[in-house]
Amino acid sequence: MTRYDLIVVGAGPAGLSAAIEAAKRGLKVIVFDENAKPGGQLFKQIHKFFGSKEHKAKIRGFKIGEELLREASTYGVKVELNAIVIGLYLDKEVTVKQGEEIRHYKGDTVIVATGASENMITFEGWTLPGVIGAGAAQTMMNLHHIKPGKKILMLGTGNVGLVVSYQLLQAGCEVVALVDASSKVGGYGVHAAKVARCGVPFYLSHTIIRAEGEEGVTGVTIGEVDSRWNIIPGTEKTFEADTICLAVGLSPMSQLLKMAGCHMVDTPGGVVPESSEKGATSIPGIFVAGDVSGIEEASSAMIEGRIAGIAAAEYLGFIPREEMKDHLAQLEVALLSLREGMFAPENRGKIIEKTEEGIDISMNLLKMGYLEEEEVERFPGVLNTKGIHPVIECTQNIPCNPCQDACSRKCIKIGSKITALPSIDESKDCSGCGLCVASCSGQAIFLVNEEQEAGYATVTLPYEFLPLPSKGDKGIALDRSGKEVCKASVLEVKSSKAFDHTNLLTMRVPLSMAMKARFFVRQEVC
Amino acid sequence: MRIEEHPILGKLEERAIVEFSYDGQTITGYEGEPISVALEAAGVRIHRYTKKYHKPRGVFCAIGRCTDCVMVVDGKPNVRTCITPLQEGMSVQTQYGVSAKA
Repeated sequence: MTRYDLIVVGAGPAGLSAAIEAAKRGLKVIVFDENAKPGGQLFKQIHKFFGSKEHKAKIRGFKIGEELLREASTYGVKVELNAIVIGLYLDKEVTVKQGEEIRHYKGDTVIVATGASENMITFEGWTLPGVIGAGAAQTMMNLHHIKPGKKILMLGTGNVGLVVSYQLLQAGCEVVALVDASSKVGGYGVHAAKVARCGVPFYLSHTIIRAEGEEGVTGVTIGEVDSRWNIIPGTEKTFEADTICLAVGLSPMSQLLKMAGCHMVDTPGGVVPESSEKGATSIPGIFVAGDVSGIEEASSAMIEGRIAGIAAAEYLGFIPREEMKDHLAQLEVALLSLREGMFAPENRGKIIEKTEEGIDISMNLLKMGYLEEEEVERFPGVLNTKGIHPVIECTQNIPCNPCQDACSRKCIKIGSKITALPSIDESKDCSGCGLCVASCSGQAIFLVNEEQEAGYATVTLPYEFLPLPSKGDKGIALDRSGKEVCKASVLEVKSSKAFDHTNLLTMRVPLSMAMKARFFVRQEVC
Repeated sequence: MRIEEHPILGKLEERAIVEFSYDGQTITGYEGEPISVALEAAGVRIHRYTKKYHKPRGVFCAIGRCTDCVMVVDGKPNVRTCITPLQEGMSVQTQYGVSAKA
C-alpha cells in the first residue's frame, strides 16, 4: 500500500486545482482519473468563460484546461490516468483499478472531485441509436472532430443545452429546434440569443412525445404541455431529425462519499455530502470540491478546488491556520461573486421579473430566446449615440465583466459588482476597435454606426462560423429571431489574435435595419 | 461526418489511417480514436441488439459511463467502443445479447 499526503479523485477543473494548491505547499499528491486524458470536461468547452479576470473570463474552456495542466506539471502533481477509484474506506484507504490490477493507496487526506453525470429522461423510442446526451455531442464534436448528426433536436434550454446547440451550429450541424418542458429558458439569455439569431426555433412548454424510427432516429414528435405537464392534444409537431440531444441537467457523482460514510443530504440538485465552506465533509480529512458537492460552473469548481487544496494543507500542518485563512478569504470573495445575480443558486426556480437595476426582464428572451426590438432600448447598454458606438444587448444580471476591461476608452461601465448590467458612458468616444465585441463571452455586443453613409447603417457582429465571409460578399441580414429582414453586404471582416477566433463581421444594411439586423448569411451568387 | 475544419479548433491534425474489420467488412478510421467515432464516420450507428427484445442500441454518453455502445471487439464482448482506442487490424462485431452473431 502506497501512502500519500493527499489523494485527489478526479482530474477535472476542481481536482487539478486542488492538487496544484496542495503540491505548492509541499504535500505529496496523487490524482486518479478514470479517463485516458486529464481535464475533465474542460477540453470540450470551446466557448469563452464568464466571470471576471480572476475567474479566467473570456478565455475558452479548453485553453483554461491547458493552463491548469501546465500549472500542475510545474508543481510536480502526479496524475494517474485510466485509474478508476472503486472504493473509499475507513481511514481513507482508497482502492483503484489500474489496468487489470486493483491497487490500494492510503491518503492522509482525500479530496473527492468526481464531478457530475448527465440526467436523462425517457420517452417512447429513447433507447434508439441517435438519442444521445448533450455531453456526448460535445465529446464527439470538440474532442473527436465528428458531427454527432446532421439534423439535431435539442431537449433542454439550460446553459448546457444552449451552449451545445451553438457548438453544433459551429460544427456545421443543423439544429432543428430547442425544446424545453419549462415555460422559460433556463440558461443565460445571451446564450439563447446567439442561437436564436441563427434561426433555431425555441419551443418552450414543449416536450418530446416520441422519437420516430425503428433502427435509429428518423424524426421527433413534440407536443405542448399544460401546467400539470400533460400533453395538450392537437399540439403535436413532428421534425425530421437523425439525432436527439438530451440536456436535462446534471447530478453529482457522490457515491464514493456515501461509501466512505460521509453525512449526505438529499437536495433538489441531487445527493450531496454535507460540507463546510472549506469543502470539509463530516469525516475529518475528506474534502470535496466542484460539481460533486453541488452543480455549478467550471469557474466555481476551480475555486472550490483551490480552497480544498489549501484546507487539506492546513489540516496536515503544512501551513499555519492564519495563512490558510488569508488565502481562503480571497478565494471566497471570488467564489461569492460568481454566485450572485439572477442565476445565483438561491434564485433557482424563482421567477425574476426585474433586474438589480429595476428594469423589467425581457419575457420574450425567456419564452422565445430573443429580445424584441422594442425591449432592447430599455437596457443601459443600448444608447443611440452619434457615430460608431457599442450596442450591448446584455439584459440579465450575470457575473461577467470582460467588456468593461476591453474598452481602453472606458465607454463601458459595469462597476465593481460584476453582475451589474453594462452601461454606456456617453461622454467617452468609441473608437470602433471592436475589442468589446470580441471580449463578450455572451456575444451580445454589436457596433452600430448610423452615420457612415446616407440611408445606410453598419452593424458589426461577432462571427464564429465557417466558411468565414469576406469583404464584398452579398447576403441576407437576419434579425434577433433569425428571420430574414433585408439584404446586406459585407464591408469588412476583422480577425486578430486578440479576438481569439471571434471574427468581427461588419455589414452594411438599410438605415432602418440598424437596430434589427443582428446576423449575416451569405448568399451564393448565381 | 468528420469536421474537417472547425471555426475555433482549426484543421484536423494529421493522423495515421488504420484498417479494421466491422462485421467482416474492412473499413478505415484514425488510429487511436474511439472505435465508436470511426464507426460514426462510416455511418454505423447500431452497435448492438439487446438480448431479450432485440432492440438496437448505439452511442449514448460517449464517455464510457452508460455502456450502451458495447460491441464484440477482438472476440471479447461488452467492450465500450466510445472509450476504446482504434488499432490497426481490430475485429469489431455487432453484439447480439452478449455475443457476436453465430
